[in-house]
Amino acid sequence: MTRNPVLQVISKIMIPVILLFASYVQFHGDFGPGGGFQAGVLFAAAFILFGVVFGIESVVKVLPQGVLRFFIASGVLIYGATGFVTLYKGGDFLDYNVLSSHGPSGQHIGILVVELGVGITVASVVIAIFIAFAERD
Amino acid sequence: MSELVFVGLFAMLVLTAIAAIRLTDLFAVVIMFSVYSLLAASLFVAMDAVDVAFTEAAVGAGVSTILMLATLVLTDRWEKPRKNKALLPLVVVSITGAVLLYGTLDMPDLGDQNAPIHQHVAKRYLSDSGHEIGVPNVVTSILASYRGYDTFGELIVIFTAGVGVMSLLGGRRKKKKVENNDT
Repeated sequence: MTRNPVLQVISKIMIPVILLFASYVQFHGDFGPGGGFQAGVLFAAAFILFGVVFGIESVVKVLPQGVLRFFIASGVLIYGATGFVTLYKGGDFLDYNVLSSHGPSGQHIGILVVELGVGITVASVVIAIFIAFAERD
Repeated sequence: MSELVFVGLFAMLVLTAIAAIRLTDLFAVVIMFSVYSLLAASLFVAMDAVDVAFTEAAVGAGVSTILMLATLVLTDRWEKPRKNKALLPLVVVSITGAVLLYGTLDMPDLGDQNAPIHQHVAKRYLSDSGHEIGVPNVVTSILASYRGYDTFGELIVIFTAGVGVMSLLGGRRKKKKVENNDT
């Protein structure tokens, strides 16, 4: 892969902005468009841009395969664990009302945690698929 | 005015699809697919489905284009010319298309408020989600709360896809490392 200094400088400026925007989409999904899925893909897009411009080895250095596998599984576990916490608190599976004494604020906590799980798994799966494809050449 | 936008975007969508079929340069075909996704995302924005548009633009126009380009690096850039005339596939595609078009005759008009989809639970979500969930974005409250089970299922689908790709394509790097050590 050729090293283009213009691309490198521009993407060094752009990657933090993309990551920041992904976080905004992640945590502001209750109010505006977006949520875990979109934020996860945006987050992964920053890493993909990093990989395209700086080489796939740089991405592997930042996110080794073991770390990626951990994140892929932990997102699903966060989602499932939320369901079991609500069961433990006496509600139905994924019934967020029991998470707080005031119903809607419990819903708010539940949605935030669940969307975080979605975001983590989606981002790490997309990055892992990109690495798996790009490593083959 | 909005009808004009719809017609224009749909016309460009069809033209992009035809161009993608006709071209033999696979690099151009991949870019055409990307343009197709971007046009679809614009259509979703025009139809006020911003959440879907967001996903379409990020996944369809962004990530899947990158994945197809990465695949293209491993294969040939030019499509092999086809010798035989594809008459049977043409007949099959025409019949399928005609049946699908016939199927759309029964569908409700675009934006029809009396369509069955708007009569079922949508009304309850729109009127009650404000005080039941307390989240301004109704799409989020449906996805994460009312339909929490379904979203959990979707997440597991993505998880399975990731595990599948990693077990099929992953682990290549270790072999390369061994080769590098030998030389």
